[in-house]
Amino acid sequence: MPEVIKIKKGVDIKLQGEAEKIYASADAPSTYALKPSDFPGVRMKLKAREGDEVLAGDPIFYDKNRPEITFGAPVSGEIAEVVRGEKRRIIEVRILADQETRYRDFKAADPSSLSRDEVKAKILEAGVWPVVRQRPYNIIANPNRVPRDIWVSCFDSAPLAPDADFVVHGQEEEFQLGVKALMQLTDGKVHLGVDGSTNPSEAFKIDGTQLHRFKGPHPAGNAGVQIHAVAPINKGETVWTVGIQEVIILGRLFKSGQYQAQKSIALSGAQVNKPRYYKLISGANLKSILEGNVANDNNRYISGNVLTGTQISSEGYLSYYDHQITVMPEGGEDQFFGWIAPNFNKFSVSRAVFSWFAPNKRRNLDANLNGEERAFVVTGEYEKVFPFDIYPVQLLKSIMIKDIEAMENLGIYEVAEEDMALCEVICTSKIPVQETLREGLDLMLNELGD
Amino acid sequence: MKLFKNILESVKPHFVEGGKLEKYYPVYDGFATFLFTPGHTAHSGAHVRDAIDLKRTMVTVIFAMVPALLFGMWNAGNLHYSALGLAESMTFMDKFLWGALKIVPMVIVSYGVGLGVEFIFCIINKHQIQEGFLVSGMLIPLIMPIDIPLWMVAVSVVFAVVIGKEVFGGTGMNILNPALTARAFAFFAYPTYMSGDKVWINTSGAEGQTIVDGFSGATVLGSYATGGEVQYSTMDMFLGFIPGSIGETSTLAVLIGAAILLYTGIGSWKIMLSGLIGALAMGLLFNTFAEYAISPEQQQFMAVPAWQQLIMGGFAFGLVFMATDPVSAAQTERGKWIYGFLVGFFAIMIRVFNPAYPEGIMLAILFMNVMAPLIDHYVIQANINKRKKRLATVKAS
Repeated sequence: MPEVIKIKKGVDIKLQGEAEKIYASADAPSTYALKPSDFPGVRMKLKAREGDEVLAGDPIFYDKNRPEITFGAPVSGEIAEVVRGEKRRIIEVRILADQETRYRDFKAADPSSLSRDEVKAKILEAGVWPVVRQRPYNIIANPNRVPRDIWVSCFDSAPLAPDADFVVHGQEEEFQLGVKALMQLTDGKVHLGVDGSTNPSEAFKIDGTQLHRFKGPHPAGNAGVQIHAVAPINKGETVWTVGIQEVIILGRLFKSGQYQAQKSIALSGAQVNKPRYYKLISGANLKSILEGNVANDNNRYISGNVLTGTQISSEGYLSYYDHQITVMPEGGEDQFFGWIAPNFNKFSVSRAVFSWFAPNKRRNLDANLNGEERAFVVTGEYEKVFPFDIYPVQLLKSIMIKDIEAMENLGIYEVAEEDMALCEVICTSKIPVQETLREGLDLMLNELGD
Repeated sequence: MKLFKNILESVKPHFVEGGKLEKYYPVYDGFATFLFTPGHTAHSGAHVRDAIDLKRTMVTVIFAMVPALLFGMWNAGNLHYSALGLAESMTFMDKFLWGALKIVPMVIVSYGVGLGVEFIFCIINKHQIQEGFLVSGMLIPLIMPIDIPLWMVAVSVVFAVVIGKEVFGGTGMNILNPALTARAFAFFAYPTYMSGDKVWINTSGAEGQTIVDGFSGATVLGSYATGGEVQYSTMDMFLGFIPGSIGETSTLAVLIGAAILLYTGIGSWKIMLSGLIGALAMGLLFNTFAEYAISPEQQQFMAVPAWQQLIMGGFAFGLVFMATDPVSAAQTERGKWIYGFLVGFFAIMIRVFNPAYPEGIMLAILFMNVMAPLIDHYVIQANINKRKKRLATVKAS
C-alpha cells in the first residue's frame, strides 16, 4: 500500500443535502442533449441534421480543428432540435430518445490485445474520445499525442460529490477494462489517485498501474492537484485525465462494443426533498428526476457541484462531464448592513465573519456574492486553498494583462478551472477567477496550439 | 430598514441611465451598498461565495483601531490637564471629553475630505466606490499630533488620496500606504506642527490657568534624540501615558487591535512577527555596539534595551496597522517575512541614527513600501526558476 500523500491546503465546504447511498428510480427521460459549451476550445460542426435517425454512438458533431474527434449520440432516436443562439452558435442538440436504446456495434475487443492505434481508433470511432481530457488547457485530448501519463482520480472531494466506491460498485470489471484500454495509450503509467482516508476498493488495485493515496480537504480529489503532488507537468508535457465514470464507459465500449453512456448521478443539495443517486445516461433531461422532488422555492439548479457546475433550468440537461446535480436556493435578497451583520449562517474561511463558531455545521448556502467586485486588495488568501507551488494571484494578473510568457513561467500548464474554484469562493474582492483562468487557457491554446 | 429601502428606491431613478443625476451614480451606489449588501448572485464560476467582502475586511480593521482611538482621546485630555496641573481635579470623563472634542473633528474632516475626493474620482472615472479609504480615514487622525490644525489634516488627506492613491489607479493599486503618505506630507510640509516638543500636548489653558513648572512636552523618542532626560517609566510607555501622536502611545491598546487583526486573519502575522524580530535584532545590535557611538546622546539611545524600543513611539502602531496594509506590503508569503523584518530593522535604525526623524517607523514603512515590489519580484522569480530547473532536469534525463 503506498504512503498517503497529505494535501494541506484547501477547504471542505459543508453543505446540506448529501445524497443517500440508494438508487432511486424515475421515469426515463424522453430527451437528451449534447451541449457544445461543455467542451472549451472546440469549434463544433454538426454532422447530423434535424430529423435524422441516429443510433447510440453515431456522430452528432465533430471538432472543426481536429475532425477525427467526434461526439457520439448517447442514445438512439431522432435529432429533434438544434437550438441556436447568437450568430447561429449551437447551444444544444436535442435527441428524442427511442423507448429502447439501439446501439451502433463497434465490436467488443480485449484492449490488452489491441495496438495503441487500434484502441485509439475504436474510442474515436464510437464518439467517446471526448471523455479523455488533457493538461495543459483542460480540453479534449489531442489523439495524435502520446501523453507522459494518464491520470484517473478515483474520488471526488467537491461538496456533496458522489461517492466513488458506491458508484464503482458492481462495475469493477468495466472499470478495470477501461483502465487497461488507457494503459495502451501511454508510454508512461496510468495513475490512480484514491482517497487516503479510507481503504481503497479492490477495484482500484490493477496490475501495471500506479496507485496513490491522498488525504486532505478539497481540492485533494482533483486530478490536477494529485498530478502536481506526484509529478508536476512541465512545459511541453501532456498528461491526460479521465474521470472514474468515464473510465467505466470506456470499459463498456470494449466489453460490449457499444457506447453505453449510463452514469450514476448524485442528486444533492439542500433544496432536494430526497437526495438520492440515479442511473442516468449522459445528456439526460433532468425534469423527470427533479419534478416534485425539490422545495417549492426560488431554486438554482446546477449540473455539477457548487464550485464548478453550470447553472441549468429545472428542465435542463445533464452536462457531459458531470456526475452530480445540485439544487440550492438562489438567494438574491439585499441584506441590511450585511457587511456589519454577524452572518452566523454564512460560509467563510475568514474569522472576520462569525460563522467560525460552528465550523462543522452543514449549511444551506445561497448563490449570493456577498459583496461586490473589487480590485485585488487582500493578499495571501488564495494561497490557503490552492495546493500548488504556483502564485495564484500573480498568475491571474498575468492573464488579465495577456502576458503569455508570464503565464507560462507562472505555471498555467498545470491548472484547470476546478483547481482554482476555491480561490474564487473565498475571494474578498469577488474576482471571477475561473472565467479569467479559462480566458488565459484559451489564449495560450490559440497562440501555441495543443 | 424598510424606510431606507424606500428612500433608496425613490431616488434611484435620478441616478440610473437617463436620470438627471446619472453622472453621480457612483455616489448613489456607494450609499446604497453601504446600507444594503446588494443581493447580486454568482453568474459565472462558483455558485457559493464566502461571506467576506472588502467592506467587512475594512470595518474589521477599524474595529481593531477603536481601542487606540478611545485611549488616545483620554490620553490627550489627561496630558492637557496634567500640563496645566489640573490632572488631579479633573474626572475621567472630563479628560475623555476634552480629547474627544479635539479628535472627533479631525476624524470627521479626514473622512469627509477623503471620501469627498474619492467620490469625485469615482464620478470622473465612472468607477464604483472602493472601500480602501475607510481604514486610511481613521488612521490619519490617529497618527497626527493633537494640536495640528484641521485644515492641515484636510490638505494632507487630499495629498494622500490624490498623489498617494488615485494617480496609481485607486484602491488596490497604490505603492505607498495612503495614511503614511498623509503623515509624511504633513511632516515635511508643516514641520513645526509635526515635530519638536511643543506639538504633542495641548497647553492652551483658559484664563488663569498656567503651565506647571518644569513641564516638558517632549516625547520619549524626542528626549532620547536630544539627550534630554526621559521622564516616563516603562509602564507609562507600555500603557501609553506619554505624549505622542494621538493613537500611537498605548502599546496595550495597539496590542488589543493586533489581537483582533491576528485572530480574524485580516492582518498578516508574518509581517507583525518578522517586524518584531527585525526591531529586536536592530536593538540588540545597538546594545552591543553602544560604546562605539559618536556622541553621548546617541550612546544613551543605543544602550536602550532592545525590547524597550518596541514600546516607544509609533513602532507598535505602525507595525500593526500600517506595515500590514496588504496593498502596499509585500504580497507573497515569503516576501512578507523579508518585508516585515526590514521594516522593524530600519524603523529602529532610523530613529536612533537620525535625530531629525525620531519617528523612524514612518520612513521605514514608506521605504519598504517602495521596496516591496522588488522583494516580490525576486520571490516570484525564484518560483519561476524552480519551474525552469524542473523542466531542465526532465529534458536531461
